[in-house]
Amino acid sequence: MGLLSDPNRRRALISLLTRLNAPICVVCYMAGVAWFMGLAFEPFTLRTYMSENAMGSTMVEERFPAGERALATGREFSAHKKKTGGMPVDWLVKTMKDRGLEVFTQSFSRTLPFPDENKERYMVKGTNVYGILRAPRAPRTEALVLSAPCTPGDNNNQAVGLLLGLAQYFRNQIYWAKDIIFLVNEHDLIGMQAWLEGYHHTNTTGMDWSPLQGRAGSIQAALTLELSSDVVTSLDLVLEGLNGQLPNLDLANLFYAFCQKIGVLCTIQGKLQRNDWDSVSGYSHAVQTMMLMVMKQASGRPWGDHGLFLRYHIEAATVKGINSFRQYKTDATTIGRLLEGMYRKLNNLLERLHQSYFFYLMPSLSHFVSIGYYMPAFGLLAVILLLRALDLWVQLSTPPPRTEDGIAETEEVSSPSVLSVLTPLVISHLTGAALYTLPIHFQEMAVEHFPVSETEAVVLTAIAVYTAGLALPHNTHRLLSGEGTEQGWRVLKLVAVLYLAVLLGCTALINFSLGFILALNLVPVAAFITPHVPKVLSAFILVILSPAFTLLFSVFFYQELVEVPVSFQDGWMLYLSVISQGILDHSLYGSLVYPLIALLVYPCWLLFWNILFWK
Amino acid sequence: MAAPLTLLLIVAVTIRAALYRSSLVDLISERVEVVSPLTAWKRVIEGLALLDLGVSPYSGDVFHETPLIIYLFHFLVDYAEITFMLADVITAVALYLAVKDYNKQVFRKQKFALEADRYPLDCLELIRSPREMYYIPLKVAMFYLLNPFTILSCVAKSTCGLTNCVIGLFILCTIKGNVLLSAIFLSLATYQSIYPLTLCAPALLYLMQRQYIPVNFRRVSFWWFIAQYAFMYLGSLFVIVCLSFFLLGSWDYLPSVYGFILSVPDLTPNIGLFWYFFAEMFEHFRLFFLCVFQINVFFYTIPLSIKLKEHPVFLIFMQLAVISIFKSYPTVGDIALYMAFLPVWSHLHRFLRNIFLVSCVLLACSALFPVLWHLWIYAGSANSNFYYAITLLFNVAQILLVSDYFYAFLRREHHLTYGLYLKRKDGSEATLVLK
Repeated sequence: MGLLSDPNRRRALISLLTRLNAPICVVCYMAGVAWFMGLAFEPFTLRTYMSENAMGSTMVEERFPAGERALATGREFSAHKKKTGGMPVDWLVKTMKDRGLEVFTQSFSRTLPFPDENKERYMVKGTNVYGILRAPRAPRTEALVLSAPCTPGDNNNQAVGLLLGLAQYFRNQIYWAKDIIFLVNEHDLIGMQAWLEGYHHTNTTGMDWSPLQGRAGSIQAALTLELSSDVVTSLDLVLEGLNGQLPNLDLANLFYAFCQKIGVLCTIQGKLQRNDWDSVSGYSHAVQTMMLMVMKQASGRPWGDHGLFLRYHIEAATVKGINSFRQYKTDATTIGRLLEGMYRKLNNLLERLHQSYFFYLMPSLSHFVSIGYYMPAFGLLAVILLLRALDLWVQLSTPPPRTEDGIAETEEVSSPSVLSVLTPLVISHLTGAALYTLPIHFQEMAVEHFPVSETEAVVLTAIAVYTAGLALPHNTHRLLSGEGTEQGWRVLKLVAVLYLAVLLGCTALINFSLGFILALNLVPVAAFITPHVPKVLSAFILVILSPAFTLLFSVFFYQELVEVPVSFQDGWMLYLSVISQGILDHSLYGSLVYPLIALLVYPCWLLFWNILFWK
Repeated sequence: MAAPLTLLLIVAVTIRAALYRSSLVDLISERVEVVSPLTAWKRVIEGLALLDLGVSPYSGDVFHETPLIIYLFHFLVDYAEITFMLADVITAVALYLAVKDYNKQVFRKQKFALEADRYPLDCLELIRSPREMYYIPLKVAMFYLLNPFTILSCVAKSTCGLTNCVIGLFILCTIKGNVLLSAIFLSLATYQSIYPLTLCAPALLYLMQRQYIPVNFRRVSFWWFIAQYAFMYLGSLFVIVCLSFFLLGSWDYLPSVYGFILSVPDLTPNIGLFWYFFAEMFEHFRLFFLCVFQINVFFYTIPLSIKLKEHPVFLIFMQLAVISIFKSYPTVGDIALYMAFLPVWSHLHRFLRNIFLVSCVLLACSALFPVLWHLWIYAGSANSNFYYAITLLFNVAQILLVSDYFYAFLRREHHLTYGLYLKRKDGSEATLVLK
């Protein structure tokens, strides 16, 4: 405690920190970015390994033979789907019953707050069909789920076929110690949400669904299958779930281990693994893979139907079949064997998956970066905010050099400063609340008065409120207390900087990627903004680094990463649809990104805007 | 001064009433930071239901509040919200009046000391002015009523608010110099949660100071006063305990309330230090560490009373802080009570060393509690270590805060005796170092 109690050493430390504040901040920022980029470099990452003993050491033998028959079932399913023009519920119930499962259906309906133009749906009505294979070897207290979405058009028929084929094969085996639920859900995530809410007797999003007639034990793990061709070249693993939550790393390890064993090409983020980590192209490949994961995680949306399972403490992933122009193909039997192997290992679990990591980034399927390695990158950015706060604190607490006048002045200043901090805080939060509530409430009015569709109305209202917020707050304190003072903006900035630090810290704990991307953009703004910097230039930089522009850049950056670059026009349209998706994700599945941005990050950014125009 | 206080009360009640009507109530009343197994409203309701069925409310190990509380709510259960708001208001007003009176005395004492020329010449800037002291009582009431911790505690209907109210009244009666009422309220507070027992030391010191009885072990008057106070205190405690017995017709409540506080069987996570430690411990060490942890709460009374025997009100503040940090089931409501006293010591600000660091840590921890709880319980991706780390940090920050105020207080007293600008023997400027 010497450092905290010895005044001389404290003074020395503080004077060092205040004198070198700007250079230390710059160094920290660069170090943070460099650290982050270094994470993808293979020698700095760890190899994945199976931590769960119940899955690691036991041997299983895969014998699934009936790939062709499964594909035939898939074709039959497709024919019935075309005939009924939707989910062939009766046929599915009959087929599952034939295979010896206990079959139940669940109907659900949901009216979206505004039409979803990407998937062209507004009033959604559908049915989930699921069959339970009861475990012969144990009390039925635990369950595993295999699901395949029933999508409109010609997609995903093979997945449903394979699911039914596996059901038939699994039914004849005697070693199951956990119930296995085979689920075919309609309307992808909405159906999944209805089923999960029904299964767990919760209703968080206000959806209408009929209660489930049959249940199995508590679900331990789930896989979602997406397969749209008879043969595939590779299997892709999707991990990112709602709010950036990830399943236990052992699930990814399990998938990787079986792909290696059976000899299937496997990818993550659609990127194959490369062995040339020491070459520039190999490194940039790893960076791209990791950045894709970061972008997807930061978006906070579920990137497959598995994404909603994670909220219920169920480890889940999506396995996606990809058919490209490669020579080497994998048939349905092999995929069936892979899934069989995975389910047999999951069947051996004695407790929930908990041994391995929950916080990780993956630069390739065989390597990962754990929380202890990536958090310092964020920490280095967050330290900048704390250093600036310390600097401001020192400036505020050392009285001005004038002796007699100084004392009188500070006393006068201290009383209005509370008010002058409180008003911008309240007003910017009210603007945030408006940004959160107005778009959905005003859509009807907007549609009446302007020639736009409902979805456009929502998005454009959001943008309008956002822009209006820029004009509003910097006038407020002038109306109230006349002139702002030097002390005033320092206090406000101190509050804003600490607020931002706590906000980003909490965000980064829940969703590291989102926290890091926001920090990357907001920290420089928070560090340099004062009322004395050149107004026009700083205002421009401030706007460029605001949350809305961060999103715009992210959209373009993501398109670059997936190697589908878009023109500015298309990018803009994509940007609008991303905003509408964000709002929809919030109201449909309870994604937290939109409220976080609207209610907390945007008001916090407005505080800095306010400081810039302090008079 | 009455007008701003009334305005403050109206604002505080409005905020609480608005929150009672919002959907946040359910969320807040489930938070482990706000309610403990002792103070949870859910458990009071359960106790009431058992009482109505003619069963002892203490059967079934759910209810752990005292019999007086359950009989209070037996009549007031429909007006529970008003009761809790009223309790907060009474606490705030009591603290307001107490601090006003205390400030008057401080000022009078300072005037006598000035007239007697007891302060060194260069200490003039340490002398407190009435202008600076004028708003302190109002600030105290504001710190209590508008503190988010108090608001959360009140909205969750944590019975901690009632205990705080009793302690607030005890402080008021003590500072007003009413020996009998002080003893009665102290015994009520002790009856509620045992730990306020340690407040009898500052109360005695203060009352003796007020009646000009020297603290001297050889004087008869000293022992006579202690005997008087102890008689009143124990007498009223006896009356309350017997009253509880006659209300319930059994002694069930003794093990269920006090046994529960002292032996800490419920290890639900909270912001205290007990739960993780005792969850991890081997069973055969339990009794030993239980004694160590519990003695820890009471132990600081002795050195603090010796050091601060001239300043009993500061001692009350220190004791409240120590209790709220080290007690077995702390909630944010306990913290709010001692934080209300911070404006009283606003003249110490120039001597505080870590206030910036400590307030940043307290702020960050308060935000991180719900986040890490979410990650542990709902997302399942973090575990109890994450949450306990924050608990530990939060308590370290509190300890730093309290010890910082303690240091600043002693340093000011030192300067008032020896002068503000200390010189070494060789004439160079000296600095005080705490080692």
